Amino acid sequence: MPTAENHTDIRAMVIGISAGGVQVLSKIMPQLPEKTPFPIFLVEHTKASGKHYLCDILNEVCALPVCEAEDKMRIEPGHVYLAPPDYHLLIESSDSIALSMDNPVHYCRPSIDMLFESAADVFRSHVLGIVCTGMGRDGADGLLEIHQAGGVCAVEDPATAEYPFMPQAALASVPDAQRISPDKFGLWLASVVISI
Amino acid sequence: MIEDLELKLLLEGVYQRYGYDFRNYAHASIKRRIKRHMGMHEIASVSQLQDRVLHDAGLMDELLMDISVHVTDMFRDADFYRVFRQKVVPLLHTFPLFHIWHAGCSTGEEVYSLAILLHEEGLLDRARIYASDINEKALKTAREGIYSIDKMKTSISNYHASGGHADFSEYYIARYNNIMFDPDLRRHITFCNHNLATDAPFHEFEVILCRNVMIYFNNQLKTHAIELFHQSLSPLGLLALGAKESVHPEKYFESFDAQARIYRKVE
Repeated sequence: MPTAENHTDIRAMVIGISAGGVQVLSKIMPQLPEKTPFPIFLVEHTKASGKHYLCDILNEVCALPVCEAEDKMRIEPGHVYLAPPDYHLLIESSDSIALSMDNPVHYCRPSIDMLFESAADVFRSHVLGIVCTGMGRDGADGLLEIHQAGGVCAVEDPATAEYPFMPQAALASVPDAQRISPDKFGLWLASVVISI
Repeated sequence: MIEDLELKLLLEGVYQRYGYDFRNYAHASIKRRIKRHMGMHEIASVSQLQDRVLHDAGLMDELLMDISVHVTDMFRDADFYRVFRQKVVPLLHTFPLFHIWHAGCSTGEEVYSLAILLHEEGLLDRARIYASDINEKALKTAREGIYSIDKMKTSISNYHASGGHADFSEYYIARYNNIMFDPDLRRHITFCNHNLATDAPFHEFEVILCRNVMIYFNNQLKTHAIELFHQSLSPLGLLALGAKESVHPEKYFESFDAQARIYRKVE
């Protein structure tokens, strides 16, 4: 039962997703309220050519504007920023984005770990991180950083995720992470975040 | 955070002791690289790292390599090279001789890509290419033109995606696990050490490429570099950036090809 103590001042949300991603995103993105007061950053592992379509797909279903991140882009609340193909997405400061061409992490570029770690560094306890369906273990170390910074940690419930490996790896790192079913995402978000 | 303070002190110390100016590099990426370096050398704190590098130039060199090396590939961003062939090459044909600066060339793959492209377009003889970086180890690799054979598979598919039709293996010889590019490709390329943060213009260029380098700079340093490029370009000269970069400040350049992130100098 959500109580006042559960509510957290969230200033950024970071989402990591891989194989099976488009379906899950199509479910959770429409549940984001129009007045979402914080920015959302998204890393999806797909082939380069797929990314542009993802932006269009998400813009159709999401009340918030979705765009592909550019280097040094200003961060606006209530906007969704998608990591571009073959670049790491980093939070440079609370109001700007940086891209990087550093080596892939766990064979991934963009890497969920790199996004999550930079978000934990900048936003500290005010970040909410979610690791969703996928293969591999990208996101597990990053979610731990968010946990250690005092932020809110969640995974897509591995019991129902199409590819449970990434959520499971994240749970191994952060056993206290909350397990969310995509259908209940909006309700869960409202119970956790102070201003939604 | 204490760690951010320590980072500031480290970079200030490095600048004052060695003259390497990383003080205006983008925070997130340099912090990550420094922490990785610390992890690899089992250094417990940034202050401990500062203690080591200030007292030992050899250790500073190791840190320098980790901070300043940039990953690159042959014909990276095939679309860019395609647009370069279609829109920039015709302009270059109007010059009896032209100068190109590849700023932040790292280990040189993109410089060889450019040389191959110019050769295929019949322009290599008229080209004078300057390729610069601050990392001596990377420049050494670039000068030698020797790369791991593992990279070639991606290189070949990138090359074809960019509009190349030749048999790519004609451009190199393979031995054991490496390839070496035809030394003839290098005949008009000069690899040199140049620091975008601290050095002055050194020539006038028709085209400058600085791709995925300024993503590691903060806004202040990027502005400084853009101004340097503006001064270094001939009238109507072109500046090419990376796929997700744009010119800032905008007053010095107008768009030449928005998709490919190629800009033209305005006075």
